[in-house]
Amino acid sequence: MSNDSNLHGKPEIVTGHEVHHDEHHVHHHKETFITKYVFSQDHKTIGKQFLITGIAWAIIGGLFSVLFRLQLGFPDQTFPILETFFGRYAKGGQIQPEFYYALITMHGTVLVFFVLTAGLSGTFANLLIPLQCGARDMASPFLNMLSYWFFFMASVVMVSSLFVSTGPASGGWTSYPPLSALGDANQGSKIGTDLWLIAMALFVVSSLLGGLNYISTILNMRTKGMSMTRLPLTIWALFFTAILGVLSFPVLLSGFILLLFDRNLGTSFYLSDIFVSQTGQALPNEGGSAILYQHLFWFLGHPEVYIIILPSMGIVSEVLAVNSRKPIFGYMAMVGSLFAITILAFLVWAHHMFVTGLNPFLGSIFVLLTLLIAVPSAIKVFNWLTTLWRGNIRFTPATLFSIGFVSLFISGGLTGVFLGNSTIDIHLHDTKFIVAHFHIVMGVASFFGMFAGVYHWFPKMFGRYLNSTLGFIHFWVTMAGAYLIFWPMHYEGLAGVPRRYLDLSGWHNFNKFGELNKMITVVSIIVFAVQLMFIFNFFYSIFKGRKVRHQNPWGANTLEWTTPIRPGHGNWTGEIPEVHRWAYDYGKDGREFIPQTEPIGKGEGHH
Amino acid sequence: MQTFFVILILAFGFLITFQIAKTSEYVAVLRGEEKARKQTNRINAFLLLIFLIAGLIGVYYCNERLKGKILGEAASIQGEKIDTMLYITLAVTGIVFFITQILLFWFAFKYQESDQRKAYYFPHNNKLEIIWTVIPAIALTALVGFGIYYWFKITGDAPQDAMQVEVTGSQFKWEFRYPGKDGIFGKKYYKQIDPEKNNPLGQLWDDPYNRDDIVINEMHIVVNKPVKLIIGSKDVIHDVGLAQFRMKMDAVPGTPTTMWFTPKYTTRQMIEKSGDPDFVYELSCDQLCGKGHYSMRGVVIVETQEEFDRWLISKQPQYMAAHPAQAPQKTQPADTTKRVAANMNK
Repeated sequence: MSNDSNLHGKPEIVTGHEVHHDEHHVHHHKETFITKYVFSQDHKTIGKQFLITGIAWAIIGGLFSVLFRLQLGFPDQTFPILETFFGRYAKGGQIQPEFYYALITMHGTVLVFFVLTAGLSGTFANLLIPLQCGARDMASPFLNMLSYWFFFMASVVMVSSLFVSTGPASGGWTSYPPLSALGDANQGSKIGTDLWLIAMALFVVSSLLGGLNYISTILNMRTKGMSMTRLPLTIWALFFTAILGVLSFPVLLSGFILLLFDRNLGTSFYLSDIFVSQTGQALPNEGGSAILYQHLFWFLGHPEVYIIILPSMGIVSEVLAVNSRKPIFGYMAMVGSLFAITILAFLVWAHHMFVTGLNPFLGSIFVLLTLLIAVPSAIKVFNWLTTLWRGNIRFTPATLFSIGFVSLFISGGLTGVFLGNSTIDIHLHDTKFIVAHFHIVMGVASFFGMFAGVYHWFPKMFGRYLNSTLGFIHFWVTMAGAYLIFWPMHYEGLAGVPRRYLDLSGWHNFNKFGELNKMITVVSIIVFAVQLMFIFNFFYSIFKGRKVRHQNPWGANTLEWTTPIRPGHGNWTGEIPEVHRWAYDYGKDGREFIPQTEPIGKGEGHH
Repeated sequence: MQTFFVILILAFGFLITFQIAKTSEYVAVLRGEEKARKQTNRINAFLLLIFLIAGLIGVYYCNERLKGKILGEAASIQGEKIDTMLYITLAVTGIVFFITQILLFWFAFKYQESDQRKAYYFPHNNKLEIIWTVIPAIALTALVGFGIYYWFKITGDAPQDAMQVEVTGSQFKWEFRYPGKDGIFGKKYYKQIDPEKNNPLGQLWDDPYNRDDIVINEMHIVVNKPVKLIIGSKDVIHDVGLAQFRMKMDAVPGTPTTMWFTPKYTTRQMIEKSGDPDFVYELSCDQLCGKGHYSMRGVVIVETQEEFDRWLISKQPQYMAAHPAQAPQKTQPADTTKRVAANMNK
């Protein structure tokens, strides 16, 4: 009943719950273009808004990486076209250091927060939570709408920071002070960083509004019979993701606010004993601690990588089960490992700070807790493998991306065992090894989960299919490309090549990877081009794709496939269906799949 | 012009790909969707197998090509421990990597859709799940154990007889201070920093321990003698990265940090060992510190005690540079009064 009052559904949608369905509780609101597509409160539309904004950001963030890869791969060559577009930032067709650092900062910020947090959680939490829990909409559709528009405002501020005369923030995506606090020490730390901080603050508001909504919807608005243990793993993953975000983003916000104070109000939270050589002046600030910021940042920063990967894990679990035509192996272990990861995610942040002068004893505790997280991760991998074992696998693009996800998660997860061990981290910290590690395990793997989700639920979003031939090309090129780019990069890291170096020619011991960097750049351009092809496929298929004619095209058990092919606001035309079983009865008792809505038959085996 | 052609070719290639993809969709409809789907299913399953094989060959090839370029033997005693830990971890994770990747792609290929097979309903198995919770837990406990053992050895207190060098980072250079004959560093205060008055580190000249401190832009250390670095920064966070010694520590303004190690080979020995006449130990900044970060390089020279003593004796204390050709005691108060007067006039 609770969500009735918030609905503005089409006239034919009966919005009453089962209790009141005889009352014909129908709202006759007129939908204008504005309420339907712009300020929509329909969770499905909001999900699409997050997805499309995320895609726009992914193009920008990806393009930035291509630009700085050009510098890394061809440090001696000039590209006059860059000067045409970027003027003094690419004087003589060569990327200037300030521009390079602005590019990597924006690449990181955009992809970590705007694409893989908002674009991934925002899309799939919005789309799937009401549909798979059996609710007509979110607990608060209005807050949900605000969540998107705060994200949009954050995007506007962030984009505007790209055009200020001193350039955008350029202190790395982590924006450590004092570098990010001192405009005199760094061009990008002038107005660019203020805009960056404001955009991020708006972003935190957006993600809190979204997260609270996701949690309350999952806890309170499941349909009849949908106990927590009958929820699909996608919902469990999104649930834990939201909890991580709600508990850790406020800490980040506090860290950012202190930084804003230090920058503009003369406080000394992070600043102490500083002499800026550019101005030849000693600053008055004493007694602050630059390391305090790192604690506040990584208290979100580490949970953040799980905020990014957990939704992908959920999507992959669901897609692999559906397409292996087998139940996900070890459902309770999967939920338990998600829970364990969520708890541990809060207890490992200082492994980013092993070489900051942290007390070695404290460091050793964080080694233990960090490596502990490998246990639930290993359980998940083994369970995915067993899900494939003796299945009857259909290779849709979504399945392929899910298999790719597992492969990348293994590769990147194992290199995490190196870095989590403080002894090895002394050598590998802040080298290309860490760049390779987190790009594989968090960047590309999460993208693979996101792609799997887009290919799998595109029919539900738009009532059409994506072209699967383009989907296969997309998968194979991206998969091969991801390994070609990041696998050899580990070797650079083992050689000690520091990250964020735009030119190695001045270094005797590092300057021997010219050929390799050239190869990586060429491959990354190809991979980027193929992503553009995917985006073309995406928009083309929204309007011209093959139409979905079957209500349940993948033969899946979950509730979203019991809605009409193009569901209106309110999702189900009649009553919300009742749920009688878990989401994974595939291949049971000789039947290919048994939807959750089917009552348990007489004498049916117990799972 | 060249760029234009490249873009044209790319666009053309894309157009062709798109047309083929579009046609394949129509052909599938004509031939019967089910049949076409099964065919692409077989192709993708086969490609997964090919990817596994090509990937394993690629891993081998990559290692062959690059193994000579990663740093050779660690040049410090602590670095040896780090390398040992690295190899233990590599062995454990390597085994897991090959087993899981091979199973993943093999299962995907083997259990591709077939009319002959029905998926096996296998929702859970407590025994299996316990096995693969316990085995990783044991393996990781071992790794944590070794790791922490070495960690405490490396980060423990430096030996009493360790020589001390103070390292100061600033945008974008390194400066080193030696305590001189008395073995004690004089006090400093960041507000006294004044490069124009030859006081780049802000030494307090009224502290007598500062009289013999030597400030220099190249680090010299003694082979087989533990060295303790006292690390600081003048402006933003930097990081002392010594890749050949496998050491690293942040330089944080306002919060001094320390790190110690024992170099094993002199620079000259490394030149002989590596056969590279230009070999030099390098100190890299490993924490983003601004536009010159990538060029913030320092040079470390490891030499014998004799060579080191000879080198140190040839250097003039910074005090002399700051007080040129004077009897030190006389000028000090005069300077101060002048500055105070100047300040009062402001």
